[in-house]
Amino acid sequence: MVVIFYITAALAILAALSVVAQHRPVYSALSLIVVLCSLAVVYLLLGAEFIAVIQVIVYAGAIMVLFVFVIMVLNADREIASQRSRMAHWLGAPVVVAFLAGILVAIWNQFPAAGTRPAAAVRAGPAAIGHLLFRNYVLPFEVTSILILVAILGAVVLAKKEF
Amino acid sequence: MGTFSDTGLLVLITLIKIAVVVFVMLTAIAYLTWLERKVVAHIQSRWGPYLVGRFGLLQPLADGAKFILKEDIVPLEADTIIYWLAPFLGFTLALLSIAVIPFGEGFAFHGHTITFEITDLNVGLLFIFAVTSLGVYSVALAGWSSNSKYSLLGGLRSSAQMISYELAMGLGVVGAIMISGTLSLRGIVASQAGFFQLHGMNTYIPHWNIFLQPVGFLLYFTAAVADTNRVPFDLPEGESELVAGYHTEYSSMKFAMFFMSEYANMITVSCLATILFFGGWHGPTFGPYVLRVLLPVFWFCLKLFCFLFFYIWMRGTLPRFRYDQLMAFGWKFLLPVGMLNVLATSFVVAWISSS
Repeated sequence: MVVIFYITAALAILAALSVVAQHRPVYSALSLIVVLCSLAVVYLLLGAEFIAVIQVIVYAGAIMVLFVFVIMVLNADREIASQRSRMAHWLGAPVVVAFLAGILVAIWNQFPAAGTRPAAAVRAGPAAIGHLLFRNYVLPFEVTSILILVAILGAVVLAKKEF
Repeated sequence: MGTFSDTGLLVLITLIKIAVVVFVMLTAIAYLTWLERKVVAHIQSRWGPYLVGRFGLLQPLADGAKFILKEDIVPLEADTIIYWLAPFLGFTLALLSIAVIPFGEGFAFHGHTITFEITDLNVGLLFIFAVTSLGVYSVALAGWSSNSKYSLLGGLRSSAQMISYELAMGLGVVGAIMISGTLSLRGIVASQAGFFQLHGMNTYIPHWNIFLQPVGFLLYFTAAVADTNRVPFDLPEGESELVAGYHTEYSSMKFAMFFMSEYANMITVSCLATILFFGGWHGPTFGPYVLRVLLPVFWFCLKLFCFLFFYIWMRGTLPRFRYDQLMAFGWKFLLPVGMLNVLATSFVVAWISSS
């Protein structure tokens, strides 16, 4: 089980690096899809199968499809390396690594010294999630729905033709 | 048997099941092509294939040999990796969704129960939707990577159609899920056992979800036909429209993969319709133990065959939608009807469970 986690995590990290390292936008989008599917597997390992499947359906299966559509329709070409900032060229990677190290240290200090074994998988099925979502968290749920509605309206207004 | 550990036995049985299901599935896909050609031919007052083997039954083998031996043409500026990836991805996903479909009750074997499915996830239905959502990529990537205007247009149209009708498909099954109370496919079939009881008296109407959710079934099946790009929703691959849509530039085995994945999706969707609305494998069972084990599988396959026949019948009879009519139908009609169905069903379920 831990072996599967390490393999999946390595795949996710490699794919995430590939998202920023690829020259062509389509390959970046496909790498992002691989990242999302690896995360779904990690959710499965934690016992959250509903969230795992919803991650694939919504994120990898709908949102990323729109990204891929836009890239294909706009026919985005290979990226051309810009020659402008030497400081960004030399300091970029070390700064990112330092930042990442800082975040990892902060997260590591959260956990007690008893090792990093994950908590026992809590078997919460869709019914339990539904109960939580519509009783305890109903207000954030409704606010999120209104937020999405506002985003849709904004998109329609922006894309409307001027007559 | 004493030397096998429990997990070892489970792995062995699962591998055997996978081999059987994949073999049966591939044969079913091949003979579905034969069935389609025969049925459409008879609808059009002609014979279908009749030369190769009796009744043309060896035609799929001849077609397979033809596809393997054909010249493999790759367009000049095609994006190589994605061009090769798309058909194989589509076919893999189409086969993957069979993994959670239960074909029958199961039987006892040396103290273990062996069920007629590869695995039963307790979010099995959502797993099939997840796999279907990922299947949109194979179409979009195929259309784009062929570096041809017809392919790109066909691919974009087809994937837009697929994601639109996935919504309607999902809403159509929500009613059935609410009634059954579970997302596991085996649980949904189990909740349709027996007959309707009216005041304690047995009406001989089976307790299938089709009688409780007729609108949901129509919604689901219409959206499923659109999602699998079949007539009357097959504009993206109609011959007179866009040459051949997203698989214009594909030849031989890769084209065969697209073909096979379309039929595999058809079979999966029909299996789901059987399980969700027609009681899965429930049917009259009688006789000795062997018969009791095999009869449910027979009933399941019979219902599945009826759906596939209906699919092929529609292909031979109906004209196709224009693209804007198709999208308007999906978004402006099916989606509101689906939401109303969910609303009505939830009211009725809440009222019944509170009284």
